[in-house]
Amino acid sequence: MSNNYSTQELMIIAAAREINDYERIFVGMRLPITAYGVARLTHAPNAVGLFESGVCRYEPAKNMLYTMCDGPNQLGAAWTTGLIQIMGLLSGGRVHAGFIGGAEIDRFGNINTSYIGDVDDPEVKLPGSGGAPDIAAMAERLIIIMNHQKHRLVHKVDYITSPGFLDGGDARRRSGLAGGGPSAVITDRAILRPFGPDNELHLAAYHPNHTITEIMENTGWDLKSVPDLYETPSPTPTELEALHVIDKDGFWRN
Amino acid sequence: MLVISITFHLNLIIFTEDHPINVDKLCSISEAVKKYVHDGSSVVLGAALENAIPFAVTHELIRQRLQNLNMIAPISDISTDMLIGAGCVKMVTGAWVGNVSGGMGHNYRRAAENGIPNSIKIHDYSNFSIGMALFAGAYGLPYIPVKSILGSDIIKSNPVIKIADNPFSDDHEPVALVPAIKPDIAFLVVQRADRFGNSHIWGSTGLTQEASIAAEKIIVLADQIVEPEVIASDPSRVLIPGFGVNAVCYVPAACHPSPLIGRWKRDNDFFHHYHKETRDEKGFQNWCDEWVKNIPDHEAYRNKLGNRLETLRIVGDAPSAPANYAAE
Repeated sequence: MSNNYSTQELMIIAAAREINDYERIFVGMRLPITAYGVARLTHAPNAVGLFESGVCRYEPAKNMLYTMCDGPNQLGAAWTTGLIQIMGLLSGGRVHAGFIGGAEIDRFGNINTSYIGDVDDPEVKLPGSGGAPDIAAMAERLIIIMNHQKHRLVHKVDYITSPGFLDGGDARRRSGLAGGGPSAVITDRAILRPFGPDNELHLAAYHPNHTITEIMENTGWDLKSVPDLYETPSPTPTELEALHVIDKDGFWRN
Repeated sequence: MLVISITFHLNLIIFTEDHPINVDKLCSISEAVKKYVHDGSSVVLGAALENAIPFAVTHELIRQRLQNLNMIAPISDISTDMLIGAGCVKMVTGAWVGNVSGGMGHNYRRAAENGIPNSIKIHDYSNFSIGMALFAGAYGLPYIPVKSILGSDIIKSNPVIKIADNPFSDDHEPVALVPAIKPDIAFLVVQRADRFGNSHIWGSTGLTQEASIAAEKIIVLADQIVEPEVIASDPSRVLIPGFGVNAVCYVPAACHPSPLIGRWKRDNDFFHHYHKETRDEKGFQNWCDEWVKNIPDHEAYRNKLGNRLETLRIVGDAPSAPANYAAE
């Protein structure tokens, strides 16, 4: 392997490519904050970043953020307000895309961050939902970033914290959700996307130095591929340069 | 004693001797907790998400051995985890309990998985749905419809949420009905307040306003006490007017280790240290002895932090432009 970038860097840049110019994006924490910054500096200079704590930003924060509530995310913000005002944009159908992470995801893109095992007697109590269900339910597109391991990408999650396509097909619509759903799952090995009438997650792109067999072996369902499967393009020098500007100390990419 | 017997229609806040406008409400955290929090109280400890969390109150609730509390918050970082570990909590009404820097909340896990130190009841919400429940609580609505938890198992695991059809739609259009939440007491950290409880908050506020207006009692923890004229000079920066405030505590860095905009940075190492030290129950007890139980009050806590706290103090200067309120 002679890449001049790390896997984290590839994931961040792949996430940045999911953001289109002029879109309003629910940014979330950790990697997506950095991805938003890269998108703004490259192909999406007019994107708007929304943070559920009550922050709206145009320019990415200039200093390191541990959380969306830190000072650097508020200095020079477009709007600092309350949660209802920002998440209300989402509920009102005014948000194009949102990022969330996940401990466990299933083949229809449903995410569990709440309970492993039985709700009344859980094997593991995970921290819970935060604003992820609201983003998953109401954003036009949902982009999920997580590590690709067999015990994380499962056939069916124990508990749906944040809805993907539920049982597949038009189940979202039947449950009362107008549209949306996952458009991409970006992992450290690949990018999965919904495909076909069931909206089951399919392998859409494999990262450089990863094989289809290896990716299938690390997925908890019989992972199929889209017809136009491709290799994830390596980060361009421009993208890497933007990333190094945003994440000066390499906190999120090592 | 000032007694005005009219009901303020926005909420059940009544002007009584309990809510005077021009009476000095300054007191210590210890006094405020003793007077206003009881075993079984439902309590909001900050609702801004990761900033302005009143950890100074978290510590005092533990020191005064409060029990069977219902902790209401979207996200209060490690504050709720500490209280669970110390045996103060019977119920969690919220969206997320953990450690924003470290991930899992070890005490939350032990309580939910194994009933250590006691079992807890959990009412799951998303951030927006608990926000709307507090909004309903604040403005006298019995419940409020929410769409953004449809499809989530929150509507199954939380026993108080119901699904109904939108009565205004000809089509089958499900909505989740979330009942109002009315906390007994809300503690909030503000950058500055006067002695009557009028305060200024700036930066993002999460659900601070809804949670405070919904609460029966409000306690303000001020990083700085200023003359009333300072607050009155900029009423647009007031989230909660002083008439609804029961007590004001002057506590610098009451938010530590969480940040307060323009005052204190996040002490990220503190969160990581807590995560590492509290992996097992004994570890938490040791941590809690060192940082809470063996410390008499917040002043002693600040002294223990010493120079570490000074490195977190924001010394930069980025003031907003003044707003002109002149009427003539």
